[in-house]
Amino acid sequence: MSRRCGRLAVFSARSAVIYFDNAATSLLKPPTVGQAVLKAMETFGGAARGGHPAALNASRCLFQARKAVAELLGSAPERTVFTSNATESLNIAIGGLLQAEDHVITTALEHNSVLRPLYRLRAKGMGLSIIPADSEGNLDYNRFRQSLRPNTKAVVCTHASNVTGTLVDLECIASFCKEHQLLLLVDASQTAGVFPLHADELGIDVLCFTGHKALLGPQGTGGLCLRSGLSIPALKVGGSGIHSFSETHPSELPEALEAGTPNAHGIAGLLAGVEFIKKTGQETIRQRELALCRQFVEGVQAIAGVHVYGDQKRPYAPIVLLNVDGWDSGEVGDLLAHQYGICVRAGAHCAPLIHMALGTQERGAVRFSFSFLNTEAEIQAGIAALVEIAGGKR
Amino acid sequence: MERVKKPKLVITFPTTTAAMAMEALCDSALGRLIPVPGEIRAGCGLAWCAEPALESMLLQLMKENSISFEEKRIIQLYV
Repeated sequence: MSRRCGRLAVFSARSAVIYFDNAATSLLKPPTVGQAVLKAMETFGGAARGGHPAALNASRCLFQARKAVAELLGSAPERTVFTSNATESLNIAIGGLLQAEDHVITTALEHNSVLRPLYRLRAKGMGLSIIPADSEGNLDYNRFRQSLRPNTKAVVCTHASNVTGTLVDLECIASFCKEHQLLLLVDASQTAGVFPLHADELGIDVLCFTGHKALLGPQGTGGLCLRSGLSIPALKVGGSGIHSFSETHPSELPEALEAGTPNAHGIAGLLAGVEFIKKTGQETIRQRELALCRQFVEGVQAIAGVHVYGDQKRPYAPIVLLNVDGWDSGEVGDLLAHQYGICVRAGAHCAPLIHMALGTQERGAVRFSFSFLNTEAEIQAGIAALVEIAGGKR
Repeated sequence: MERVKKPKLVITFPTTTAAMAMEALCDSALGRLIPVPGEIRAGCGLAWCAEPALESMLLQLMKENSISFEEKRIIQLYV
């Protein structure tokens, strides 16, 4: 069955499902996002490629988006670089700043977008220490100090686990990095747009974000905010609209890291998403998402045969990971989709180390991740579906 | 109509972002963005074009708002 409500219809006429997979991509967007993309496609030329009205439309949009994102994330427009997603941002930052002779500290909460670039460098000789997570997904912050080596250059960590929602204590890690003069690279894929982040005040050297989750933009948008004075070698070089006769790519930010025509159409949608967040209020959005999440957690924890992972006593992003006794996680996800019209992510979630810490590496788990635009009725429908599934099997 | 070249102040920027920041800062009375004239061949593809008399005021405005520029020249343009 599929469930709809008036609120959903307002925000997305396309959605005929209950959507609880916002940690992958937010589906329910303000209508202004799609409208902005369409308008951009009808009116934009190439950003930074000319002075005619269509090119300037695109250039102005990029500049407005840089300002809006920088303001939201505590950076500056000239240090806010657009990429296609957080994975590209992390590859630029990790590949550009770290080398084989370095040692790096990361955590077991990381997504493969952090781990795989680090593993690739480890294969070339870089030292890598991984702070383990306990069976509830919590980190032992004392382990950072224990992992320190003379050649430690950076800490690369997420702000929140995409699997359990566990929030990382960035202030603690930033303080550690400052004390030991380490670079701090943060993956804010699950928190940018919802949780307060001020890259400059926290002392984050590179803050990587994606546009298509809580920032409510289209897929294919993302970026990184760099600390003032930090220089990263470009991953890509080529067209920039700048210094056409130079044999080398320009080194000035932000265009130094944006070779090729930028995705101005997508960034127009990202700008609309960020403007919606600012107008609505990040605090309002976060409190509502966490309230929906609490409602869901309380509901599912009361169901016999449902095991909820993570530590809900500590701060967490609006993500809930669970399994149902006797069920494969994929089967639960499939049943939710096809019998209840509920979209969740099941199986493994591109973050292998946290699955190993939780003991879900074989079975996977079912992830519910919520949006400000979900409703209490949808949460109840999700709980009711799990009651039926857990009861039906046992 | 016969077109006549006039002296114009042309300011080039190291990045398109700086050029767009300049536009966001100035109203149309202070000039406008133009494609970089061929004889300059520097900076990003956009330059700020204004009346020469505005030079000191514009440079002060850019300094106050941390907008960097590459080059400033008075050149003869049709615009």
